[in-house]
Amino acid sequence: MRKLFTIVSLLVVLSFVLTACGGGAAPTQAPAATQPPAATQPPAATEAPAATEPPAAGEKVTLTIESWRNDDLSIWTDKIIPAFEAKYPNIHVVFAPSAPAEYNGVLNTKLQGGTAGDLITCRPFDASLELFKQGYLTSLNDLPGIENFGDVAKSAWITDDNKDVFCVPMASVIHGFFYNKDIFDKYGLQEPTTREEFMNVLKTLKDKGETPLVMGTADQWESATMGFQNIGPNYWKGEEGRQALIKGTAKFTDEPYVKTWQDLADWAPYLPQGYEAEKYPDSQTLFTLGKGAIYPTGSWEISQFEKDSGFNLGIFKPYVANAGDQCYISDHTDIAMGMNAKTPHAEEAKTFLSWVASDEFAALYANALPGFFPLSNAKVTLDDPLANEFLSWRQECKSTIRNSYQILSRGEPNLENELWRVSAAVMNGSMTPEQAGQEVQTGLEKWYKPQ
Amino acid sequence: MQSSKRRSQIPVHVLVFLAPAVLLYTLFMVVPLINSLRLSFFEIVNQNQQSFAGLQNYIKLFTDSNFAPFFWRALRNNFIFFAVHMLVQNPIGLLLAALLAEGGRVRDFFRTIIFMPTVLSVVIIGFVWQLILNPLWGVAESMLKAVGLGAWFGPWLGKPETALVTVALISVWQFVGIPMILFYAALIGIPDELTEAARVDGATAWDTFWRVKFPLILPTVGIVGILTFVGNFNAFDLIYTMKGANAGPDFSTDIMGTFFYRTFFGQQLQLGNPTMGATVAAMMFLIILAGVLIYMFLWARRIQTYEM
Repeated sequence: MRKLFTIVSLLVVLSFVLTACGGGAAPTQAPAATQPPAATQPPAATEAPAATEPPAAGEKVTLTIESWRNDDLSIWTDKIIPAFEAKYPNIHVVFAPSAPAEYNGVLNTKLQGGTAGDLITCRPFDASLELFKQGYLTSLNDLPGIENFGDVAKSAWITDDNKDVFCVPMASVIHGFFYNKDIFDKYGLQEPTTREEFMNVLKTLKDKGETPLVMGTADQWESATMGFQNIGPNYWKGEEGRQALIKGTAKFTDEPYVKTWQDLADWAPYLPQGYEAEKYPDSQTLFTLGKGAIYPTGSWEISQFEKDSGFNLGIFKPYVANAGDQCYISDHTDIAMGMNAKTPHAEEAKTFLSWVASDEFAALYANALPGFFPLSNAKVTLDDPLANEFLSWRQECKSTIRNSYQILSRGEPNLENELWRVSAAVMNGSMTPEQAGQEVQTGLEKWYKPQ
Repeated sequence: MQSSKRRSQIPVHVLVFLAPAVLLYTLFMVVPLINSLRLSFFEIVNQNQQSFAGLQNYIKLFTDSNFAPFFWRALRNNFIFFAVHMLVQNPIGLLLAALLAEGGRVRDFFRTIIFMPTVLSVVIIGFVWQLILNPLWGVAESMLKAVGLGAWFGPWLGKPETALVTVALISVWQFVGIPMILFYAALIGIPDELTEAARVDGATAWDTFWRVKFPLILPTVGIVGILTFVGNFNAFDLIYTMKGANAGPDFSTDIMGTFFYRTFFGQQLQLGNPTMGATVAAMMFLIILAGVLIYMFLWARRIQTYEM
């Protein structure tokens, strides 16, 4: 009896091992499997004919959009898609987003498994370039409407030899600081423009018992994207510094970079208590509840904040080191849309992409999503005052993009991931700004020849 | 003659009964597992072409500075994660089982309550505990303050020194019901005569437990230990839910599962690397296999002879 028990229990354990390992190791068991399979298939009515054949006229085709913008679900389903469907009644479009942090992994898995949607929202630069190289995205050189975009707009979604464009640029976002006007007015504070003014504002607010700066480091990317890449361009002179990194004439151990991290370290005493475990949604909620004065972030927050905050919102641009310095802003080409090369509805997908390239879409998108600024040459009037203010910075300051996005994140260790990690560690006080520079530089030198 | 011939034939009914399980198991477990092991000996050159690479991936995993430090850190963290479970989860499970086995009217109630977190989704567990421990609006701080220990509170999930142990303890809270139920089942299986005889001989409850009951449930102690080992070295979901694939802060909660995920599927601008991912998975398999073999040949054998 006992012996039997032992044998049976051993079998149980063994099967556990196999089950567990099989589950972890099998490439077929991708986490994407838990998501509803993307509707690459036509709806039930058209299912009878082979899915690869173009459907006969009059039949309705469903296109699915893959995206990481789950915040925009209602805007797509209520505003953008109905406008398109009104024009093209026999195409039905479904917006199917996944969580931002998981999007790349989920999308790659879906593409490899052949279950991805017909239209793919493109991350800028290498992630999408790699998809194009692997044949998952099609070239859109001859797409009607692609001529509406300038070279800068297309730069994030073009091959290195500038020959093939594979995504239709949709929008860029601009980094900056939001602030609570009511709190500023209460203490008679002005929008800070220099580093000194900014630190003084933080100190005053702290002395008055407010939470001066809202930001958490738990998700790591906020520290890099909304901290490092937000204020950094003023130190490394925007494009000049970014190109110097690519050429290898500048290093992350140089003064501008260490100074940027030093600023982040100096912010730490003004952050909410327990910011080390504070996540992005915590920060958003804290700020919109009026419990913090300043929130370093970007224009993509406008619509959410305008809806949720019960106070007067203001924005100011990243501070410069000394009064009168040339200012730089991070005006990041962020979103585009491409076509799944294996879609059975290529014609319809192209129709949709042409519409995305049109002036009508630019105006609709920019106004439905204030804070996402169109990249096409279309003249778009924005209704939102905050969005207009963000856009006005393009006149005063020089634009640049995040320095880790073009070319520099092609190797191991991945520069973007490294910047997340060290920026969060600097804010947590577990790494000095000099160490951060040294670690990032060492990582980059390992694989990037010009450095 | 007739009968002996029939006996030597393949017993068809046995095959029929085995077939469904064996087929499904082979199709969905054994084949993917072997295929994954196979993948770890290949590399993808360009345009999804696989080419045989021998042990190159393994050499890379143990020597390349982009992989080796991550691997060893993940392995070390995984052993810490396992140690917390062995030192906290299983003793508490045993204690609870011993209390439950003593009987009492509210036994069923407590048994159900304690087992409940085990059947909850890990997403719910992760979400609830993040709210409880949230330094901005969590109840943990006010509860500690209420008993005068407010100064002890910290953003435990956000500090590199405490994050891993905090996540491990949350996992302990979730799964403590499993060792409890296994120990409980073993304890109530012990015949009353043995405990009664011990009592007649003048043994205290303490002595009875450690000298009579505990030796009798040793096989279950082994099973619980090995299940914990296997479960912990395959752990992934709780850390992924609470800390994301980057297993922050500063990779302090990175265990084999999250390391595998990042390598295989990629993360943000980092592209996935299926062959290196398969190599990590193969290492996970080998570690677990080693643990199970040690258990089978050292622990299980010893117990068997001990019982006889």
